[in-house]
Amino acid sequence: MFLGRVIGTVVSTRKEPRTEGVRFLLVERLDPPTMAGKKDYLVAMDAVDAGVGEVVLCASGSAARLTAATEGKPTDAAIIGIVDDVDIGGEAVYRKDRA
Amino acid sequence: MIFARVAGTVVLTQRVDQVPGAKFLLVEACTPRQKGRGEYLVALDVVGAGEGELVMVAQGPSARNTRVSDRRSIDAVVCGIVDLVEERGAVVYRK
Repeated sequence: MFLGRVIGTVVSTRKEPRTEGVRFLLVERLDPPTMAGKKDYLVAMDAVDAGVGEVVLCASGSAARLTAATEGKPTDAAIIGIVDDVDIGGEAVYRKDRA
Repeated sequence: MIFARVAGTVVLTQRVDQVPGAKFLLVEACTPRQKGRGEYLVALDVVGAGEGELVMVAQGPSARNTRVSDRRSIDAVVCGIVDLVEERGAVVYRK
């Protein structure tokens, strides 16, 4: 899994029928030591009701299909959690309640 | 699998993996001599690894072949704590 930040939403009307009703979010990968964006973007299906600006945990590949929201859908990326805290070497590098 | 060094932890309360008490570790991919590669990933810990330890991480669908991650949305798992690495007859890492 990797850490990302939700930086926007993606809307699509002409799409594969099984993707109806799911939210597509635009995610930027993060560099955990600095929590800065890596300018590496992807579109992920939302499985946890994440909001724009939140730091999230994303799963890739077949694991992305193993959530209630994404099961059987054509996706290779899913947001599987909203991150509260990230610590490196015992130091807080991210706290959701202080962000 | 890849070698990685446990760099820290990631805490999530709102998540979909449905694994009670699951522990997510932030790990940095590294060489067998523990030189960091600057690439970080988050892996589910199933072996009780601690910060600074050299571990093996399995990625992709293989990461679900543990009792904890079976059929969960998990794509990386810490599957072993490394005690010793021998490379071409020489010990290059000892815990």
